[in-house]
This record gives sequence, structure tokens and C-alpha cells, in this order.
Amino acid sequence: MAASTVRILIAKPGLDGHDRGAKVVARALRDAGYEVIYTGLHQTPEMIVNAAIQEDVDAIGLSILSGAHMTLLPRVVELLRERGADDIVVFAGGIIPEEDIPALRAAGIREVFLPGTSLQSIVQWVATHVRPRGVAA
Amino acid sequence: MSTSEEIARLARERRRWEETTLAESLARQPERPVRFATLSEAEVARLYTPEDLPGFDYLRDLGFPGEYPFTRGIHPTMYRGRLWTMRQFAGFGSAEDSNRRFHYLLAQGQTGLSVAFDMPTLMGYDSDHPRARGEVGREGVAVDTVLDMEILLRDLPLDRVTTSMTINAPANVLLAMYIVAAERAGYRWDQLGGTTQTDILKEFIAQKEWIVPPRPSMRLIQDMLVFGTRHLPRWNVLSISGYHMREAGATAVQELAFTLADGIAYVQAGIEAGLDVDAFAPRLSFFFDCHNDFFEEIAKFRAARRLWARIMRERFRARHPRSWWLRFHTQTAGVSLTAQQPLNNIVRVALQALAAVLGGTQSLHTNSMDETYALPTEEAVTVALRTQQIIAYESGVTHTVDPLGGSYYVEALTNRMEAEAEAYIRTIDEMGGMVRAVELGFPQREIAEASYRYQQQLERKERIIVGVNEFVVPEERPIPILRIDPEVERRQIERLRRVRAERDARRARAALDALARAAEGSGNTMEAVVECVRAHCTLGEICDVFRAVYGEYREPAII
Repeated sequence: MAASTVRILIAKPGLDGHDRGAKVVARALRDAGYEVIYTGLHQTPEMIVNAAIQEDVDAIGLSILSGAHMTLLPRVVELLRERGADDIVVFAGGIIPEEDIPALRAAGIREVFLPGTSLQSIVQWVATHVRPRGVAA
Repeated sequence: MSTSEEIARLARERRRWEETTLAESLARQPERPVRFATLSEAEVARLYTPEDLPGFDYLRDLGFPGEYPFTRGIHPTMYRGRLWTMRQFAGFGSAEDSNRRFHYLLAQGQTGLSVAFDMPTLMGYDSDHPRARGEVGREGVAVDTVLDMEILLRDLPLDRVTTSMTINAPANVLLAMYIVAAERAGYRWDQLGGTTQTDILKEFIAQKEWIVPPRPSMRLIQDMLVFGTRHLPRWNVLSISGYHMREAGATAVQELAFTLADGIAYVQAGIEAGLDVDAFAPRLSFFFDCHNDFFEEIAKFRAARRLWARIMRERFRARHPRSWWLRFHTQTAGVSLTAQQPLNNIVRVALQALAAVLGGTQSLHTNSMDETYALPTEEAVTVALRTQQIIAYESGVTHTVDPLGGSYYVEALTNRMEAEAEAYIRTIDEMGGMVRAVELGFPQREIAEASYRYQQQLERKERIIVGVNEFVVPEERPIPILRIDPEVERRQIERLRRVRAERDARRARAALDALARAAEGSGNTMEAVVECVRAHCTLGEICDVFRAVYGEYREPAII
């Protein structure tokens, strides 16, 4: 499978403007051959889900450092489900206390990357876990 | 530093040393196979000597502390006269929670206050705005109306402590709330000392908390400068900040250059507003980051002072020596802290704080070891404050002025930082100044490039971060972290709605209308904002006036 057939939306939910991580991950995925769309800052879950459906992406990577992850991340998955697009793989990264991870996973966030994660391991995870939608894994 | 004859003799001796002593040593023990470079990627030589300082003139390049060009410090005695202000940035949850933390920090010997506001406040949204959901009180304190500000400042000695407020896009609103709240507590405006950050250009460049586009943002700042110059003799209306650029991935050189280029834009704005440069320049202050590369950071601060003094004297023809001063607050590099082995952060912070002190800072915030997870706990912030106190009282580095002045390496590095920053400033001048450069996305792109390069260096282990890409341990002891009760959001919204319901609605409407007229025309918007605050208008309502008149900013997406 060519990585270039897979589309990924990188999004910054919430109000924090710390986009260094989001941009670095976006570039690393692009360098690895993925089609990457970056939403820009200050996105609500509704805006992110609209963009994901409009752009027909296979995965959404959410970067958040504001502490609002327990409110905003599960909401993205919930909206995807409401729109019948819950086959879009959602992963996240940022400043997220480890003890919050089980609840996020239970809410449908497939993976949570913590500070210090190498770009290589994120790219590898995406290669293993994201397939073009509608294609059997 | 030396005559050409001495330099020639030195060059001969150096060649001899290289061919004998050094060559023998390298044959026995080769150097480690790493790249010796600063964090700004400047190659570092094996050894620095007077040869690295061609044409160096002590009186012209260094001079004496307290005199132009201030390379060795803005005060003649520096820390022998007065230590830097120890100002820990704090604010979380409700105004009550934050007020308690301020009282605690003052009781621990902190000498100035520094308020962190939550994200909705920074973006000009009220706590009940749909976009504020989940964010209220999380990364700072929520302030919606002057009532919150009054609670935040309750029983603090506002005539004796200075207060720094990290607020930018709605800085005019928060400053108005501060002075109205203080007035209600019985203080006169001329007793109030402090700083509002207000530096919106670096928001567009790095921190990304904005409301309206760059040009109307500059107009609002002009109005604040005029108001502050008239009414607030002890208030620093504008603190020009490189910190956030650095956190976003800028190199030290980029931080230095872009910050001073922002400063140039604000000085121009003040002059264009009709102010005499010497009437407002003495109260401009700066805010820098202090990262891991010890000597490069010290050199950055020394170069910053020298460059700014020249810019103010030569470019802007300021006559008052205080207009030439670059006074600055420093924060240790939050981005350098690691979630892995968090106790190591105490050591990183100590080294960074030491560099800030050796660089001549006027004020310092030391980060807490737990800040990669959350806002600091009381224990973590106490260790961070104690770090400053140990440097101040135990290390002896405060006994003499600019102790590294004259170090061949530090002076060579200072010269280099200055030259590289000047080159960037020239490029920005050629683009038409920083406002235009920001509209073109120039500094944003340069920083994004630098941060990607840095990340790749970590991946390839060309740079080592202890506990992250080397010396990794599998299991870690969790440290306690501060959690914000979700109840804070509910209670804050309740209080906000009560204020809206109980105020004189006609007076509030009239004040907002007057603000809209000032914003559309040429009236001073800061004066109109003060009236809105007195009428209990909310932060969101006031900022909505600006959004309606000037439009909201949309960032050109750059990755």
C-alpha cells in the first residue's frame, strides 16, 4: 500500500496556540508520503469533523496542550459517530496526563502520544494502523 | 583588546601550539565525534583567544555598566545594588484560587506578581462562550468582568508589589479592569506599578492568541501607549516578548532578531501616534526565554542590550539614556522540560536561571519541574523559587557585575549573535517592517523550519536530551500534578451571568456603543474601554466590538 493514498487531517482543537508539535508531526507525515491537511488553530470539534468529512480523510491527528482534552477529544469521536464516519481513525498527542489515557481510549481515541515521542514512532504507528477507508485491513 | 602586533605574535604561538601540544594530544585522544555547535547551529571553535575578537574596542563594544551601549548591564552596580525581581507566573482556576496562590507566593519571599490568564480570557471570550468549553480556569485564571479582577487582587498591597499580566490581544481590557479594580480598593492610578505584555506581533508569529488582524491590533496598542503615557506613570504598557517564539521553535538568534524587530515596530507606532520617543521608550520592557545552551543565552542577552541601545539612539534618535535601556524579564525554557524523569528539570532550570542572571536579567521566572504535565503544584513552584534564591544568596555570582565580560568565547559569541540578528532585522526592514513581514508569514516560516530541523536532529541523536533520546529508563515514578476541578467552569459561568443580570443594562450598552464609535473613528479606544469596564461590560462583549469593527484574524496556514 502506498502511503500517498492515505489522507490525514492534523487538527488543533481548543484555544491553545501551541502548534509546534502539530506542525512538526504534519511535516513528518508529509515527508513519509502521506497527504496531510492541517486545519490551523482554534478549532472546535464540529469544525474538525466537518473538515475531516469534506476532505474525506482516513485519520485525524489531534494535538492539544490546553488541558481541555477530556472535553474536546471524546466530542470529536462522538460527532464522527453521529455522521457515520467513525471508521476514521483518531489519534492524539500533547500534554495529557497518563491517568487520562484509559478514559480517552474508551471514548474511541486509538492512540495517545505523550511528550518526547519520536516522529519516527508516530509515522510507524500510522503506517500500521491507518488504511484507506473502505479497504479491508 | 590587543594590538595587531600582539595578535600576530599570538597567531604564531597558536600555530606552534596546534602543531605540537594539540597535535600530540589529538593523536593520543581524538575528539568526540559530535558536532560542536550552539543551539542556533553556530559552529563552536575548540578554543577562543583574542584572535577571535578582531578590532575589539572595550570602550566602544562593552563600555562600563550603566553606560552606553550597556553590554555589561543597564545598572552600574547590577545585583550588588538590587537583586532581580523573582516573579513566578501563576494563575489557575477561579479568581479566589489564584488570589490564594499570590498570597502564598508573597509569603514565600516572591517579590512581584505575575498573572496567567486562561485561554478564553487570552482570546477575548467570556467563560460561557461555546469556544470556552472545557478551557475555563485550565491554563490560567478566568477573568470575565471587573468583579473577577477585584477578587483576584483582594488584599494585595498594590502600591508595593508590581504586577505583570501576560495578556496580549485583550490587554487593553485587562489593564482597564486592573486600574478600575485598584481604584475601587482605594489606590490612585499613579501608585500602580506593573506590566501588561500587550505584544500582539509575537502572537501572530508564535503564541497564536489573537482577536483582530495585525494593523488594527497595532492601532489599539497605540491608544494604550498614549493612555499609559498620560495616566499611568509607573505602568509598563508593553513588554516585547521573544519567549513564545523560542517555545515555538525559534533559535536564539531568531528570538533576538524578531523580538527587536517587533520593538522597532512598536516604537514607530508610538511615534506615529504623536508621542515623543523619550516619553514612552523608557517604559518599554522585554521578555526573553533562557534555553539550554548556557553561553549562547548569556551572549544573546548581552547582544540584545547593545543592539537595542544602538537602535534607540541611532535609528530613533532617542536622547534620554533610559530610552536606550533594554530591561528584560526572563523565563527559563518551558519547552526544554521533559515529561521523562521530571526531577531532571530542576537541574535544567537551575542552569538556565544561572545563565539569565549572568546575562543581566531584571526579573526571572523559573519553571517548575512538573510543567510538562500541568500547572505547577505548590511544592514544585516552591523548589523553582528556591532555585532563584540559591543562585541569588548562595552562589556568589551576584557579587560582581557581568562576570563573564571579557571571556574570549562570550565576547566572540556576543558579536556573532549581534551580527546575525542585524542581518535578520535588515531583511525585515526591506520587507517593509515587521507588520508586513508577519502578513507575509516570514517569521512564522523561519521558526517552523528551525523547529523541524531541531526535531530531526533529536531523531538522529545529533542532539541529546537526557531521559528522552539517551539515558532512558523504562519505569518512572509519577509526580503529583495539579488538577483543576471542572466545578470552576460552572461557578465562573454562574458569576458572569449574575453580573450581566444585575448591572445597569443601559449604561453598559451606551459604553459599548461609545467604544464602537471610538474604534471606527479616531477617539482613544483605551479611554472608552475603561468606561466599559466601569459599566460592568464583560471581556467578551468588549472584544466583540473590536471583532465587529475590524474583523477576526485568520492565519495563513503554514506547515
